[in-house]
Amino acid sequence: MLSSYQLDLLSNLGINILLALSVYCPMATGQLSIGNAGFMALGAYTSAILTVHLHLPLFLALIVGGIVAGIVGVLVGFPALRLKGIFLAMATLAFGEIVRNFFMNFLKPLTGGAYGFRGIGDTPISIVWIWGWVLFFLLFFFFLSRSRAGLAMLATHDDETVSELIGIHIVLLKVGAFGIGAFIAGVGGGLYAHYYLYIEPEFFNVWESIHMVLYVIMGGMLTFWGAVLGTMIFVLLPEFLRFLQDWRGAFFGVLIIGLMIARPSGIVTREMLRKDFWHPLRKGT
Amino acid sequence: MILKESQLLTLKGVSKNFGGLRAVNDLSLDVSKGYIYGLIGPNGAGKTTVFNLITGVYPCNSGSILLEDVTVTELKSYRIARLGISRTFQTIRLFPSMTTWENVLIGQNTLSKSGIRGILPIRRAQEVELRRQAQEALKVLGLWEMRDRKAVTLPYGNQRKVEIARAIAARPKLLLLDEPTAGMNIRETKDLLGVLSKIHELGITILVIEHDMRVVMGICDHIFVLNFGQKIAEGSPAEIRQNEEVLEAYLGKEE
Repeated sequence: MLSSYQLDLLSNLGINILLALSVYCPMATGQLSIGNAGFMALGAYTSAILTVHLHLPLFLALIVGGIVAGIVGVLVGFPALRLKGIFLAMATLAFGEIVRNFFMNFLKPLTGGAYGFRGIGDTPISIVWIWGWVLFFLLFFFFLSRSRAGLAMLATHDDETVSELIGIHIVLLKVGAFGIGAFIAGVGGGLYAHYYLYIEPEFFNVWESIHMVLYVIMGGMLTFWGAVLGTMIFVLLPEFLRFLQDWRGAFFGVLIIGLMIARPSGIVTREMLRKDFWHPLRKGT
Repeated sequence: MILKESQLLTLKGVSKNFGGLRAVNDLSLDVSKGYIYGLIGPNGAGKTTVFNLITGVYPCNSGSILLEDVTVTELKSYRIARLGISRTFQTIRLFPSMTTWENVLIGQNTLSKSGIRGILPIRRAQEVELRRQAQEALKVLGLWEMRDRKAVTLPYGNQRKVEIARAIAARPKLLLLDEPTAGMNIRETKDLLGVLSKIHELGITILVIEHDMRVVMGICDHIFVLNFGQKIAEGSPAEIRQNEEVLEAYLGKEE
């Protein structure tokens, strides 16, 4: 049996994998979002309000939380089409701050505002909930990456003009990817709220968003395996480095820099996966 | 001699301005099914702009463009592509993250109707047929052996061929080639000529922008000549070769 420390670590890992995937999805179509903590907050608060005040079953609350985040994601996705790179990053960052400030100042009777939202259930949800969702989304991305839709996302990431000229509906694809990413962040937020049983707006600040982006950049932006591996390194490695005591943080930082120098496009690249995992699209007939 | 029995592409009085510059001026073209057409003219004559207008990259200022009976003038690029027009680019534009095989597969996006359902691991009959066509496209271009290499790492001439393979993998009705032999040596050019005839045999109508007159005169059934955005002549290679206005446009007027 796993110790409660190990279970806690794995739960934390699962939630963070979901958050990394939420950043990976728009990034796979060339859109950098550093506002996903905002979508996470939307999912966390929505689902918590639903279970605490309306006594909805958890599963339903998680779905609704994800959908609310997803709809907002689509609404943000449309103006985001006009922005690229660093400008899109700035806009999404601003979006995340808007959401954080919203929950700081509004809906206080329901959520407690800056004092925090207490008493979300009596016991933390089991790790099965978290990893059930992780598994679901991993399967989703697994099949997506082997499909023509996945290839179309990569095409859009590489060259939007040519993508459109070969018949790809890039507006649908980019807004869709943004919305699905937001949905995943929303579900992740809901799980977060019902695992820690307490949330406050400050949890969903820019740092949270930046962490999600770092997982993906570190692991490799063009495959979902990269997002998973990047998260594992960021979440698990500091635990294994506890023996370094005061040097832990510094050593971890050096390690990250070293990895980025050694593998500038992330640890997992498409070339690595092609050999084993890519065969469905590779085989001739 | 062109038989105008089945009209494929029609441009009627198409104009395009960039600020004060009239890049294409009242241009009308008729393209019939099953032939190879050339679009020639001095640098800056507006040839690539014509391609960009046909494929919906730019909107027309006036005039209309029809593919068979469908007016495509107002349509978005991706919808025009889905109607059966595909193209290559003057400067090669392959997808850098993809292998040759993937670059060709993605060219069939216009035909795959799977959409989001395509994520499910079900190999449908349509998919099998598409794979076969992609394979055929690579074999016609002689790229089959290199299918698993990253497309952008291939030699220049082969990169151009990958672009053409991507464009024909969807079996378009009309293929627009923008200077396919640019930057190629004599051997590669000759090689490409053979490829173009093979594509033609697949039943694909071709409109090609080309500077190499051996290519144009060698393969085209019919040639349009553009200068300053206007069509100054059209006809068979033999007719164009003797056309006074064309000679003047290319070589200047004798004093």
